[in-house]
Amino acid sequence: MVDMRVRIGSIELKNPVMPGSGTMGEGLAHVMDLNRIGAIVTKTITPDKREGCPPPRMVEYRDGSLMAIGIPCKGPDYYIDEILPHYREYGTPVVCSVSAPSVEAFGNLAAKLSVPGVSVIEANISCPNLEEDGRAFGMDAEASARVIRRLKEMTDRPVWAKLTPNITDIAAVAQAVEAAGADAITCANAMLGMAVDVESFQPALGNITGGMTGPCMRPVILRMAWQVARAVKIPIIGSGGMASANDALEYLMVGCSAVQIGTVNFIHPTAMLDVIEGIEAFCRRKGIARVSELTGAMRSRKEYREQQAA
Amino acid sequence: MDSRTQLTSSPFPVAETVCPVLKNDWVNDLYKHLIVEAPHGAAHSEPGQFFHLLCPTIGDKAPFYRRPMSIYRIDKAQGRLEFLYKIVGTGTATLAQLEAGETLNILGPLGRRFDFAKRARHIVQVARGVGLATLAPVAEAAGKLGIRTTAVLSARTPRHLMSVEYLRSMNAEVITVTDSEGTSDVAAVERIVRRLIEKEGGDFLVTCGSNRLLQLVQRLGREYGIAGEVALEQHMGCGNGMCFACVREFHAPEGGITYRRVCWEGPVFDIQEAVSW
Ligand SMILES: Cc1cc2nc3c(=O)[nH]c(=O)nc-3n(C[C@H](O)[C@H](O)[C@H](O)COP(=O)(O)OP(=O)(O)OC[C@H]3O[C@@H](n4cnc5c(N)ncnc54)[C@H](O)[C@@H]3O)c2cc1C
Ligand SMILES: Cc1cc2nc3c(=O)[nH]c(=O)nc-3n(C[C@H](O)[C@H](O)[C@H](O)COP(=O)(O)O)c2cc1C
Repeated sequence: MVDMRVRIGSIELKNPVMPGSGTMGEGLAHVMDLNRIGAIVTKTITPDKREGCPPPRMVEYRDGSLMAIGIPCKGPDYYIDEILPHYREYGTPVVCSVSAPSVEAFGNLAAKLSVPGVSVIEANISCPNLEEDGRAFGMDAEASARVIRRLKEMTDRPVWAKLTPNITDIAAVAQAVEAAGADAITCANAMLGMAVDVESFQPALGNITGGMTGPCMRPVILRMAWQVARAVKIPIIGSGGMASANDALEYLMVGCSAVQIGTVNFIHPTAMLDVIEGIEAFCRRKGIARVSELTGAMRSRKEYREQQAA
Repeated sequence: MDSRTQLTSSPFPVAETVCPVLKNDWVNDLYKHLIVEAPHGAAHSEPGQFFHLLCPTIGDKAPFYRRPMSIYRIDKAQGRLEFLYKIVGTGTATLAQLEAGETLNILGPLGRRFDFAKRARHIVQVARGVGLATLAPVAEAAGKLGIRTTAVLSARTPRHLMSVEYLRSMNAEVITVTDSEGTSDVAAVERIVRRLIEKEGGDFLVTCGSNRLLQLVQRLGREYGIAGEVALEQHMGCGNGMCFACVREFHAPEGGITYRRVCWEGPVFDIQEAVSW
């Protein structure tokens, strides 16, 4: 028996595998048992009601896709009354992702959503900061820290900071949110991209730019997770391009304590179960008793050679 | 992902299953008819729902997401599902290469079914193109409830009218119109549908596959005060309500325009709430 439990700050998850925000929904419960995953992560909630981006919302590539969805949202009351009840019946903690256009609004929203049934607040700081000319909070270490500090004042739930990859020095933002009191870091959101429909001379997406996700992004985001892991002490949840247990093992070994599976849920809705089973099988094969031992288990090539020689 | 080749059943209503292909043959120059062995899918499917097909990767053709296909025929007795599809791009091109004996990974059934059971005594179908596939199972299901169906089928040429025999075998009356015979213009279809409503007790309209026919059916539905449904299409990501990629515009009940997911709130929608394109 492999002990699959992992600890993310003050909360314990039965295993390290959960969906990325915005990549699961009620529909997933029609396909699989949500009791089996480590956490339920709900789609980002905003204070206001939003319809989202005009279609087309998607361009696909060989190994990933570009989506501009724009966080359609029916507001926090709808979340509490209509969405959360679907998930409360499971013995799986709910991570509620929030986003807002100002530091103040972030805090008020988190306070409002800290209701029974919500175990964690994940701050999606990839959204535009209206106080800074629409520049995403997450692109600026100081603005990111202000959001996290405010959230820590306004909710007693653990706060996870979900970083944006659209930045050169992600470790600096990671250190800033750690100093501001974040309980964990989710690394990372989608990378900005765009596409042109050359036949019609138009942008391929209604929103012009969108978020690139899926397996093609894995090497880039994995590198960021490794950089963040070397920069902070708080737990890290990897998110970027995982399709299999092997992919998730890479994230764990560079220093993540848990992983989020995103785009691949859209193709194989039970992919998370395969990842859980695959990680467990790997641990058995390697004689690893606790999955948490995998966190940061990557060793240098030199160290490996020396161990082999000994 | 080898474990997936074992998938045949599931305790859940929606499932990813790997199905033996029984047949995948041309019906004319544009369309193929696919039959798969899918006991789980056949048991749970209803008319108007769709499956999300994992089209194979062949050479440089690598469809990333699945491709949605309406269920053309649900054969519950033999545990089979049938699809009728047009080859238009990457995914349908690789789907077309599957041969009997190979397998296909399908996800479903997904989406909202046609809702005619308590509302119709005589369904008038108006279908064109892909709509022929989508509307075909309505006749079979309606027949079992003692509801009459008349299908007005429109196509480029008589060769492209694919579901005539099947619909007749389900006791549906079939009226065909084609571009090549000059019988398919909107005014001609309008005369037929008006007659079916006025003289034959047509009291429920369903349509799929043509914007002009949707506009016609919306107009006649309003004029005669009869209900109806339309099955719509949109490029899809997950097909299961999660990604919000496949939205289209709809008239919101409280006024204005709203986006709805074709895969989740649809693909079958109230005819008057649909915004024609
Ligand atoms: C609920 C539903 C049921 C469907 N049922 C059937 C069916 O029974 N039979 C059938 O032949 N087809 C059906 N379709 C359409 C079918 O899904 C598309 O033709 C298919 O996805 C195209 O895939 P492709 O890879 O071959 O084309 P691609 O290479 O993806 O695209 C080829 C061209 O078609 C356009 N396109 C692709 N998909 C769509 C779409 N959904 N709507 C509008 N334009 C599109 C692309 O923009 C491109 O120009 C259905 C669609 C939906 C949403
Ligand atoms: C369609 C779609 C919607 C998403 N919505 C959100 C969201 O609402 N909030 C958020 O923090 N991340 C959102 N994400 C980002 C994912 O949670 C995840 O971080 C990202 O997709 C990278 O993982 P992946 O490559 O496994 O998909 C979304 C991603 C996709 C593809």
